[in-house]
Amino acid sequence: MATTTVGLQRTWRRPGKPVLVAAVLLAWVLIWVPARGVHTLGLSPADLTPLHHWLNDVNDTVGANRDSSPFFLYFFNEIRAAVDSLVTFLQDLIAQPSYGRPVPVLGWLGVVAVVAYVSWVFAGWKPALLAAAGFVFFGLQGLWEESMDTLALTLGAVVISLLIGIPLGIWAGLSDRFHKLVTPVLDFMQTMPTFVYLAPLTLLFLIGPASATIATLIYAMPPAIRLTAHGIRSVPRSAVEASESLGATGRQKLTGVLLPLSKGTIVLGVNQTIMAALSMVTIAALIDAPGLGKTVIKALQTLDVGTAFNAGLAIVVMAVVLDRVTTAAGNRVRQTGRAARFRRPLLAVFGVVAAVCAYLSHTYYWAAEFPDDVTIGGTLAKSADSVALWAQQDLSTATEAIKNAITYALLNPLEALLVESPWWLVGAVAVLLAALLGTVRSVITTAACVALLIGTGLWQDSMTTLAMTIVATAMVMLLGVAVGVWMGRNRFADRIIRPVLDAGQTMPAFVYLVPFLALFSATRFTAIVAAVVFAAPVAIKIVADGVRAIPAATAESATAAGSSAWQMITKVQLPMARPSLTLAANQGLIYVLSMVVVGGLVGAGALGYDVVAGFSQGQLYGKGLAAGAAIVLLGIMLDRIARASSPSKGSN
Amino acid sequence: MSTETVISVRDLWKVFGHKADRVPRSDELKALTRRELIERTGCTAAVREVSFDVAPGEVFVVMGLSGSGKSTLVRCLTRLVEPTAGQVVFEGEDILGAGKRRLRDLRRHKFSMVFQNFGLLPYRQVIDNVAYGLEIRGASKAERLRRAREVIDLVGLEGYEHSYPDQLSGGMQQRVGLARALAVDPDVLYFDEPFSALDPLIRRDMQNEVIRLHREVGKTMVFITHDLNEALRLGDRILIMRDGRQVQCGTGDELVGAPADDYVRDFVRDVPRASVLTLRWVMRQPRPDDVLDGPELGPEVVIRDAVRTVLAADRPVKVVRDGTLLGVVTAEEILTVVTDVEAVA
Ligand SMILES: Nc1ncnc2c1ncn2[C@@H]1O[C@H](COP(=O)(O)OP(=O)(O)OP(=O)(O)O)[C@@H](O)[C@H]1O
Ligand SMILES: [Mg+2]
Repeated sequence: MATTTVGLQRTWRRPGKPVLVAAVLLAWVLIWVPARGVHTLGLSPADLTPLHHWLNDVNDTVGANRDSSPFFLYFFNEIRAAVDSLVTFLQDLIAQPSYGRPVPVLGWLGVVAVVAYVSWVFAGWKPALLAAAGFVFFGLQGLWEESMDTLALTLGAVVISLLIGIPLGIWAGLSDRFHKLVTPVLDFMQTMPTFVYLAPLTLLFLIGPASATIATLIYAMPPAIRLTAHGIRSVPRSAVEASESLGATGRQKLTGVLLPLSKGTIVLGVNQTIMAALSMVTIAALIDAPGLGKTVIKALQTLDVGTAFNAGLAIVVMAVVLDRVTTAAGNRVRQTGRAARFRRPLLAVFGVVAAVCAYLSHTYYWAAEFPDDVTIGGTLAKSADSVALWAQQDLSTATEAIKNAITYALLNPLEALLVESPWWLVGAVAVLLAALLGTVRSVITTAACVALLIGTGLWQDSMTTLAMTIVATAMVMLLGVAVGVWMGRNRFADRIIRPVLDAGQTMPAFVYLVPFLALFSATRFTAIVAAVVFAAPVAIKIVADGVRAIPAATAESATAAGSSAWQMITKVQLPMARPSLTLAANQGLIYVLSMVVVGGLVGAGALGYDVVAGFSQGQLYGKGLAAGAAIVLLGIMLDRIARASSPSKGSN
Repeated sequence: MSTETVISVRDLWKVFGHKADRVPRSDELKALTRRELIERTGCTAAVREVSFDVAPGEVFVVMGLSGSGKSTLVRCLTRLVEPTAGQVVFEGEDILGAGKRRLRDLRRHKFSMVFQNFGLLPYRQVIDNVAYGLEIRGASKAERLRRAREVIDLVGLEGYEHSYPDQLSGGMQQRVGLARALAVDPDVLYFDEPFSALDPLIRRDMQNEVIRLHREVGKTMVFITHDLNEALRLGDRILIMRDGRQVQCGTGDELVGAPADDYVRDFVRDVPRASVLTLRWVMRQPRPDDVLDGPELGPEVVIRDAVRTVLAADRPVKVVRDGTLLGVVTAEEILTVVTDVEAVA
């Protein structure tokens, strides 16, 4: 009896979430038509709100007190000085003229030799050759000094990240309480677009290499902490217990069992830290970090595709080299896990060779300065330019068609809806969606985010960025589902595509802008396509893994029941992979957001532009800071709504 | 120090969960079954009110089904798991009161343990795995390696000193585990289902190995298993556990001959009784018409070994201890046991 009543109530009282969501969206459009254009909280690029003025004042006050307030004198300035001296030391070593000499301590020959030697020792022959070739290529590109600056900054940030991150990771591996404490912090740090770390740091540490390095190490540390903790936590209980049963002290347990058995995972963390650091160091060019990133940004800002391509290529090469070497080193640790003792003599011989090369490069000019008469950078840049020109002229019908189709069919209407709606309408829709999909908590978070967004004074820019983010995410999900399902169903496709995706994921966000700038010139659309390409690998992989993880028995029984391939996908695989789809959307969203913002550099405008402008123009500093905050708020809001709609966490 | 017992356990409790220590203190909670306790408090009582003594040189076996609390019990004895209540006296010392340092000393010198999953360090060669316990207690390298070689020979691993664990079969890996435990020359060895992960043939080998080692080095052993045959082969005495409680403790023939309850009876149902029970369990009082000049056997002779004598004799066999006649055995009693596994109770 009771159950039937409940069943009945359910059938007539709940029309189902999709219907309700659709109803909310429809209502939005209906109200938008008459209410269009009022209460849109627009703010023109040069205008400032009181908040922005106040932030400018804060900046000025901080600037004025930087050398008097004890807080700065004894804390922030000390940190900056320490980081600065580390970075300067590394730059002196390999990148910049130093110690009264016209060249760095180690010239190109020495660096190539040392890098190859170290790669050989830890990773093996092939990675060593790749590394040597890659580094010589930087010289050939005419980008030796810039590459070494990037490397120096990356190394500096990585060293500090690991020095702090690995001990914290060990602590999190040993202590449940600390683990519980840091996990949400790390989660939060990883959902933040790389961009927004920069602005607040400049407030404390000024613009320059120190700030760049600090931003980088904050961004690069989480993987080191996470993977170290994970490695320690997954050491087999039996090995730990055995050592305890023999009376090992805490330290003996750590050095004898936990660290050796988690070494492989920790090296994986080192790899991810290095890749994250490289990615961030290039972006930190926005706050005046020297190196390849700066070359790319300058070129992007002047729409010089050739130069951007040349420097972007160097970043790609560096990413590939660093990734290959550290991955190979990690595999070696994981597979053998023991010291190799077979090549002592070789070790010494090559060590001497590397030392001799280092000495030569310290002493002789030819080995110090990369000869310019062999550079091919100019040729590369010119070819890239002509390809870009050709693309813009001869492909323009095709590229224009795609661009216009997406711009007019998707982007413009959505942007009109978001930007021209009164703020209260968008806010109400967001809160209603959160209420429909999530819990009380998601409603509160969303409402708070809306209120704070208005507070930043950048509501309209936020809506423009949001429109781009939504369009790009939709495209990412389309790609993610199409390619992901294909890969999930077809092992062969998986084997071919996965390495490409893996490689794509190691690339610094930045370099994606270059080719699309060539194809689509400086528009919102360029930023969107770059964001899609940047975010697609994550989404595709998650979907593919989700489809693959469906138990074979389920798929078999559906096949036995005579499902067609299409029925199989729509009736079995997609519904069962729904948690993965949500996760893919969530991750895709975060990646897209960070890239759309970077797109501010290439004409995407909106929040990204506000942030970039804030770095370069003093009176826009406060506005840039507020824009950074707006990006974080957007990120949190989208993340919450996406998470709330995930079946595992949703209400019923 | 008492020479009678090495380990003496009294009213030992281990309860997992929040505020676990209230359980052994409350008579009401103590009386609940495991399931009721989980429902009421969310706590799992893994070991409940267990008491026993282990004599020097004895092989003491703890047996029970999966989840009955065996592993937890043996870990309580070394405080790898901290007991909730009770007393564990080791060579006259209450080890539950031992400080951190003292406990470490005990673990380094007095007892060591062999684990079901071996717990070897994959990045170390066999010899360094074996020497690990000595390394921990700070022995010099030469001393470590000398001793490690000795025990490697003892467990029959000569020639494998420089192999890595993953290059060895499961049985050999467990020999390494055994050698590591022996290397520190402990007074007591604890085994937590050391052979459960091995296939039956190797398991038998390893059991023989333990029997041999016990004969050679004469260590006290506490051996956990869920395999009754293993328990009967190795154990001087056997403790049977169920849901954390001890059900019965006695020699193999006591369990088979006089099971304490249906749980134990069920357990021992499939045991070949003739090879476990002794004459004591089947002899009967002499009747007036018995002719008492047949062959004599002791009461501890296993039935299987007595079959031939009893069947060959044309009169009752006398069961005699120290010249006293305890009873007689005829073909009838023997055959009941040999042919019908269920009969005797
Ligand atoms: N760390 C723990 N936390 C909570 N409960 C535990 C813990 N360790 C064991 N238990 C519970 O205590 C009970 C006894 O576990 P124990 O591992 O001692 O059994 P066992 O007899 O060794 O079983 P097996 O033959 O499977 O090894 C089980 O119900 C188990 O779930
Ligand atoms: Mg167990």
